[in-house]
Amino acid sequence: MLLRDIAHSRTGDKGNISNVSVIAFDPKDWDVLVRQVTAERVRAHFGAMITGRVERYELPQISALNFVMHDALAGGVTRSLALDPHGKCLSSLILTLDIDMSAA
Amino acid sequence: MKTIRIGTGAGFSGDRVEPAVDLAQHGDIDYLVFECLAERTIALAQQAKMRDPDAGFDPLLERRMRAVLPVCHEKSIRVISNMGAANPVAAARHTVAIARELGLTGLRVAAVLGDDVLDILSPDEFHITETAATLRDFKKQVVSANAYLGAGGIVDALAAGADVILTGRAADPAMFLAPQIFEFDWKMDDWTLLGRGTLVGHLLECGGQITGGYFADPGLKDVPDLARLGFPIAEVSADGNAVITKLEGSGGCVTAATCKEQLLYEVHDPKKYIQPDVVADFSGVRIEEIGPDRVAISGGDGSPRTGSLKVSIGYIDSCIGEGQISYAGPGAVARGQLALDILDQRLALAGIDYEEKRGELIGVNSIVTNADMAGVPPNEVRLRFVVRTDDLASAARIGEEVESLYLNGPAGGGGVTKTAREIVAIVSGLLPEHHVQTRFEMMEA
Repeated sequence: MLLRDIAHSRTGDKGNISNVSVIAFDPKDWDVLVRQVTAERVRAHFGAMITGRVERYELPQISALNFVMHDALAGGVTRSLALDPHGKCLSSLILTLDIDMSAA
Repeated sequence: MKTIRIGTGAGFSGDRVEPAVDLAQHGDIDYLVFECLAERTIALAQQAKMRDPDAGFDPLLERRMRAVLPVCHEKSIRVISNMGAANPVAAARHTVAIARELGLTGLRVAAVLGDDVLDILSPDEFHITETAATLRDFKKQVVSANAYLGAGGIVDALAAGADVILTGRAADPAMFLAPQIFEFDWKMDDWTLLGRGTLVGHLLECGGQITGGYFADPGLKDVPDLARLGFPIAEVSADGNAVITKLEGSGGCVTAATCKEQLLYEVHDPKKYIQPDVVADFSGVRIEEIGPDRVAISGGDGSPRTGSLKVSIGYIDSCIGEGQISYAGPGAVARGQLALDILDQRLALAGIDYEEKRGELIGVNSIVTNADMAGVPPNEVRLRFVVRTDDLASAARIGEEVESLYLNGPAGGGGVTKTAREIVAIVSGLLPEHHVQTRFEMMEA
């Protein structure tokens, strides 16, 4: 199944840094998020779309992860050549990560 | 415990006007806050002010003020906004003129000043974060420098009896924090309360983004009646905890999920949401649905402010030329790719100097640039070719080259559009807060 089936997401931008939240619809899926949606997997998932490091912050009381992705916005919204300079679409793309519920 | 009700009148400069009027009329609110100033907007406004000393404030100020001032005056709702942009004094004067025309005698309007620090930045001591070099070594034409002010100037203006307060660059949450400090008499070193007030501000600052806007995903996350989306209201208690809600009967929804998405919007380390007045801590925030479209927010915290203010520097960066053309039907992707190859060759053959370029097919790889994520080929594509140049004349040639594909490119290209523009971009740095003198000017209708 896809991450989209168990979580929702929103992207924000600050300069050349994008942050993407991943929030479980149901708190019971929190452990799956923590184990399977790692910074390393997110970094690999976006591949060349992000040239910097990815950090993950955990907010267990609201079943949410927050990914901070550096050098992810082609220079930042005010000078980027990208069609989506804010990186708003990244939230929908992170939700295409594969999730293995049997491994939970 | 005393509570106050704060409504959001706008979450960005181009936001809808009617939801603010609805909130003022029916929301039983004490404050209406309009957040209308994006990072780059103030640099553009500064350029407008240089051409005309009475310009440089938000172009929608007149429409918004005409729409809400009569009802706000009648119901004693105080208005706070950064619609002053590069020229809060001119914005305040204009607001006073509108108030007089509407017969709102006695309305007091304050302009908060001090954010414009262009003249006080030291070329040798001010460092630009992005380049790690001094302002003197930054070889670009700087057009603006604005510090993100905290709540202090707005609190002072409220204490002096202002009905409408117009700022330039202020931290967005600070516009919402200020009435809480003023009403509850919070101390400026009570970090927990300032952190909670900042949390309320952060949740409210994007307007409809917490009431179901920017949330809908049909089948998974359905939101009713987005065409009549209601803007948020926070019922804040003196201890800084709050309930987020909206007008009954308006579109949208306030749920734990909408609040969680907004909580993390534009946040990095949730323990350290750095603001002028406090470093807010969102890491322990609790979010609980307590009724239909009513969500309780608690557990915000804070630690001492850093003592520095973030400064946004606007500068003339470069020019960008862009052209687009569509291809459809069988072979659309191949024809689009052929056209991109031709454009690459044309840059060299036509001798167009450029710094950076980007060629892509919308529908294939304009957003999803990672080939591993590619989907099935679409039945139509739109070629987008965009190039950074030094001068506007070179930028204009990019669109001309795309347009030339009509007669010189692959079969069946249609719908060319072209643009060329000069870019004002933003870099930032930190300024010790004692360099900035915040004050306000009061006017009366």
